[in-house]
Amino acid sequence: MSHTTDYIGKPTNRVDGPAKVAGTAKYAAEFSVPNLLYGYVVSSPIAKGKITKIDSAPVLALPGVQQVFSHENVPSLAFLDRSYKDDVAPGGSPFRPLHDAEIKYSMQPVALVVADTFELARYAASILHIEYEEAAHETELVKHIDEAFEPGRGKTGYKPPKSRGNFGKGWKQGVAHMEANYSHHAQHHNPMEMFATTVEWLGDKKLTVYDKTQGVFNSQQYISKIFGLSKDEARVISKYTGGGFGSGLRPQYQLFLAVMASLQLERSVRVSLTREQMFSFGHRPETLQHVAMATAEDGSLTGINHFAVAETSQFEDFTENVVGWTGTLYDCKNVELGYRLSKLDVFSPLDMRAPGAASGSIALEIAMDEMAYAAGLDPLEFRIRNYSDFDQAQNLPYSSKALRKCYAEGAAKFGWEKRTAEPGSMRDGKMLVGWGMGGGIWDASKMPAVVKASLDADGHLTVSSGTNEIGTGTYTIMTQIAAESMGLPIEAVTFVLGDTTLPESPLQGGSWTAASVGNSVVEACTKLGEALLKQAQKMDNPAFKDTKIDDVQFANGQLRLRSDETQAVVLRDLVQASGEPKIEAENSTVLAKLEMLKPPKYSMHAHNAVFVEVKVDPDLMTVHVTRVVNAVAAGRIINPKTARSQVLGSVVWGISSALMEESVMDHRFGRYMNHNYAEYHVPVNADIHDIDVIFVSEEDDKVNPLGIKGLGEVGLLGVAAAVTNAIYHATGKRVRDLPVTIDKLL
Amino acid sequence: MNSFTFTQATAVAGAVQDKAAHDDAAYIGGGTNLIDLMKENVARPTHLIGLKKLGLDTIETLPDGGLRLGALATNADTAWHPEVEKRYPLLNQAILAGASPQLRNMATDGGNLMQRTRCYYFYDLATPCNKREPGSGCSAIGGYNRVCGILGTSDQCIATHPSDMCVALAALDTTVRVSGPNGERTIKFEDFHRLPGDHPERDNTLEPGELITGLDLPAKGFEKNFSYLKLRDRTSYAFALVSVAAALELEGTLIKDARLALGGVAHKPWRDKEAEAMLVGQRATADTFRRVAAKVLENAKGYGANTFKIELAKRAIVRALKQATEMNQVLDTNAFQNSNP
Repeated sequence: MSHTTDYIGKPTNRVDGPAKVAGTAKYAAEFSVPNLLYGYVVSSPIAKGKITKIDSAPVLALPGVQQVFSHENVPSLAFLDRSYKDDVAPGGSPFRPLHDAEIKYSMQPVALVVADTFELARYAASILHIEYEEAAHETELVKHIDEAFEPGRGKTGYKPPKSRGNFGKGWKQGVAHMEANYSHHAQHHNPMEMFATTVEWLGDKKLTVYDKTQGVFNSQQYISKIFGLSKDEARVISKYTGGGFGSGLRPQYQLFLAVMASLQLERSVRVSLTREQMFSFGHRPETLQHVAMATAEDGSLTGINHFAVAETSQFEDFTENVVGWTGTLYDCKNVELGYRLSKLDVFSPLDMRAPGAASGSIALEIAMDEMAYAAGLDPLEFRIRNYSDFDQAQNLPYSSKALRKCYAEGAAKFGWEKRTAEPGSMRDGKMLVGWGMGGGIWDASKMPAVVKASLDADGHLTVSSGTNEIGTGTYTIMTQIAAESMGLPIEAVTFVLGDTTLPESPLQGGSWTAASVGNSVVEACTKLGEALLKQAQKMDNPAFKDTKIDDVQFANGQLRLRSDETQAVVLRDLVQASGEPKIEAENSTVLAKLEMLKPPKYSMHAHNAVFVEVKVDPDLMTVHVTRVVNAVAAGRIINPKTARSQVLGSVVWGISSALMEESVMDHRFGRYMNHNYAEYHVPVNADIHDIDVIFVSEEDDKVNPLGIKGLGEVGLLGVAAAVTNAIYHATGKRVRDLPVTIDKLL
Repeated sequence: MNSFTFTQATAVAGAVQDKAAHDDAAYIGGGTNLIDLMKENVARPTHLIGLKKLGLDTIETLPDGGLRLGALATNADTAWHPEVEKRYPLLNQAILAGASPQLRNMATDGGNLMQRTRCYYFYDLATPCNKREPGSGCSAIGGYNRVCGILGTSDQCIATHPSDMCVALAALDTTVRVSGPNGERTIKFEDFHRLPGDHPERDNTLEPGELITGLDLPAKGFEKNFSYLKLRDRTSYAFALVSVAAALELEGTLIKDARLALGGVAHKPWRDKEAEAMLVGQRATADTFRRVAAKVLENAKGYGANTFKIELAKRAIVRALKQATEMNQVLDTNAFQNSNP
């Protein structure tokens, strides 16, 4: 039986595509509100010290300048640290913009100039004279390894790594060994859309806040607590986000500044950051890592040691799971893991796509390659011999795990069996050819989310939840799921998101949105179905008289009996017959919230395997990533088209991490120096060649009812290591400090 | 960015007069660099003189067989001009190696000569820079100087000129035509840009108020044996770490004439006439090229993060000369580079 309203699992064009192409999709800095004022942020040129003088008078004298805000005149606000904590704040004391004269990091916001036009605010900011007293700063991680400490559990999602067995014993048991240091530098998210907030002053402390964020409720609770606003007074809207990658998980300082200025001036205010200022808040922290491994005769791992030191700020302990994955991904009795932080005069790091795992997998997956060579095994064969069929870290079985299929299907598509092991042994004309691989693992999470489903008398279904669209395809897949659940054509369904007046949904992050909101869409639609069935039963159609919800199905715009499809009623007729403008239902999250207390019964993870070909010019040492195959096991794929796009983006980012992307700091100034798109290098089209994405089949009825594992992060894992391993295979040069820029290969 | 006034010039003489009448005026062509610098507060002109209505945007063959590029011709129109493609393919390649199609559509040929360094410290007002603020110090020395120079540097400045187009113009013996308060004059390309010395704030030898009106290419275009090789951190839209313009006149394997200029290594497009002289009369062999490369980099000085450029430049010179010699074989890196113009 084929339904024309089956959408789950089918490649579906983005429902928000036309709006984005036509330019009608509005972003935070694009909302025109009457009588708008513009704020421009002044950033600190020094990394540490204090402000000794702010000479606002000449700036205030400029016609059209409304105010200069700084620590000298910022209003009295919430006192306690906890008022400044957002949903994903790490342990410590959150940064408070314009709080006092102290400078904690370079490019810290020190003043906000508000004027009638953006141009005037920008000019006024450029002539605002500020004097500083500099203090010595420390920004170089490698100089502060000794002071690194083991962090507490301050941050949601952070799991202190657990060692098992006895690594020392395992190391001695081994017949082959590897041991090396790895490092990578800081990265900044740099989404295309720069951070901006437009605050519409509606009178009497009532605000509509258009914010760039990955979570409208997070922004709302942040400003509510700091400024003492009710939920009604602080409505936050974010319909479109021009890329997030984690940067929008925490409220950024332009939100604080725009709301503060609006409340003080009782006017609508917009504050947007510059590209340079996109380097003035959270980033993927630099890490220094050490890995040691040993194998027995048969190539089985007898011991793994993985230790990482990461940077954090002086005021918060930003933690992420860098080394924990190492205890899960491969089968090994003796695993020793360590993770420490060192405090530097920088802003707090921030979750960035596959936080922790992306960093840890660089070291782990290059180390696996080194170990394979030391053990005389093919890198793929080596991984298969150490395949984990049971999660030893959590002591739990996997809910499902199709990583073997990723290895097999990825290798077949790539042609891995033709690889010759010896570095430098493969050529294409004069070019050195290298084949490398890697892979990774990411949590399959689900959070409670409330969804409302509403069918109107025209038969149009509106489904809503206060989640966000960060470009991943949320609008589209939720529309698909709702359309299929209610048996409606996709054109008859609208998904609404990004507004705090909608039902509450978690932050858009952690690869959990598809599973969290998607399953809730099904629940809400089921509730709506029950309401519609009840309405059908009120009408004089005997076919539905004693039916239960399981006896009926929704397809082709109808409610009909499973046992006799000719017994059907058109959905819009049900609404019309009800006499109400619409029939609505909402799912309940009470059980979902309680279930979060339950110890898990399964280890639930998505996996991937990445195969990479590089061609390296033997004289110039230029590297070209000519082919990538990324095989992903992430449960059920709702929309292969948007899913593929997510993984393509991950691969591009992995290539970027491997070859070019880094925020370079001049430690004399404690300042990132390549703070613009010209010098912060990410790949251009010409750097990207063939990318194949494979979704291996993986059915999982334990992870959640829809069997979704999430795709936001997993595709990135192992890519940078696979590129680096391929470079080794091509050249015999083992680079352990990423990115592998040309100077490291000469 | 500060407030500024704007006039649209319609004649060269008027533009020059307008410039003389203002203290902090700047000419603006495509604006692709100047507007950036104004947004960053690096440049703060109070008056802009628009040049787009001057004409001067044509490309014409000269009686001596040369080619005149109007100063206001865009980089894109120049690169794709049939005479440039046919007779000066080195220039075509160099222009297309720079920036992006959108920028090349806006940027003018005169403006290409006038673009300023991309040294990180020049662009960041929080750090000292002798080029931006004479006497404040050079932060690139002892700092992050990956993009900085290795040839002709001074203890005041190690910035590089960022242009690709200018490297080819230098190799091709171009003449720069200028108009100024004292009338018209021409400047040999090699004399146009300066080394930093004690005055890194001065990029070139233009006198106050002078305006570039055109670029004259001599008849000889080296259309048979040439190569522009650009090495950078990504395949497009990045400034050169090292670039090489190589042009040869060959009789069999005998080198009759040679041109060699480097980008990304100095405060000006680095043309080495001694190296060219070493090539003339020699056979075009890898050995010859290696000796010449060693000569070009003989006095190079690395500053830490950019020291790798010395070795990279040597290899790039050898490759570019080899590519110029073996035009029938597209060597692999060039294939990657040129498959995505």
